[in-house]
Amino acid sequence: MATDTEHAHTPDADHADDHAEHWSDFQYVKLAILLAVVTAVEVLLSYIKDDMGGFFLPALLLLMAFKFMAVVLYFMHLKFDNRLFSIMFYMGLILAIGVYIAALFTFRFFDA
Amino acid sequence: MADAAVHDVAHGHDDHAHGGHHTSTGLSNNKLAMWLFLGSECLLFGGLISTYMLYRGRHSENLGPDQLWDIPFTSASSFVLLMSSLTMVLAVTAAKRRDDRNTKVWLTVTAILGSLFVAGQVYEFTVFYREGLGYTTSLFSSSFYTLTGFHGVHVTVGVIMLLAVVGMIAKKRTGEDKSELVEMVGLYWHFVDVVWILIFTLVYLIPA
Repeated sequence: MATDTEHAHTPDADHADDHAEHWSDFQYVKLAILLAVVTAVEVLLSYIKDDMGGFFLPALLLLMAFKFMAVVLYFMHLKFDNRLFSIMFYMGLILAIGVYIAALFTFRFFDA
Repeated sequence: MADAAVHDVAHGHDDHAHGGHHTSTGLSNNKLAMWLFLGSECLLFGGLISTYMLYRGRHSENLGPDQLWDIPFTSASSFVLLMSSLTMVLAVTAAKRRDDRNTKVWLTVTAILGSLFVAGQVYEFTVFYREGLGYTTSLFSSSFYTLTGFHGVHVTVGVIMLLAVVGMIAKKRTGEDKSELVEMVGLYWHFVDVVWILIFTLVYLIPA
């Protein structure tokens, strides 16, 4: 007789939890220190933006994306969790990025 | 049927401990709903950030970002919020270990750091207001206050949720799924942090 509990031990779920348990508190501390250093680099770049020329904006956006993904993947455990959670979140994120980039194009934001 | 009931009783506790749930997907419905909610929040903050980007140049000569921003102060606030994400994740791991004492400690530290961030934002708004930047002064000020204000409200709600969970754990009113409850609040808190990561770079560090 099939029961709902059969779903409880899907390979994905078990695999995900195994990985999540591998992260110790010290690893989270190391990641937080790295994020703090990246933030410091961002602030430093904002002070030398005139010397960086065209590299300033891509460098800043890259560092921002790195911090964003590090928090989402590791602090929020999305890397280790079930894929369905990722789909729920990225669906909203990608929709938001697409819609608002289109809106900014409409208002000729990037022309300026 | 009886076999199923025995199986449920025997494995019920174990399922919670290992992330299994009695749902059609085998996943926690609460967690799924939280991720869906966070996905929808991306649309809310995406709209607010886009509006700010459009209007950030619409201000008078002496009341724009270049004259107002205090980058060292905002950097310190960002650092505080970033560290609160660390204390939050430590609270989640403590909850998964069923370590109530450390869970409460880390949740309280997270709430204190969050309150510190909100206090910093209130101070910043006060300074801007005294310099003449009201909510309706310009399109820039309206979009800036709306974006950062909405974020501040989210942080405040997060602090209230953190303190509520601390109270529930202290009074043992959390039920069996204590770690999931802490994880839910943690997901919300980390999301508030990632939104600030975007705001800090796009609003404060990139010149208008």
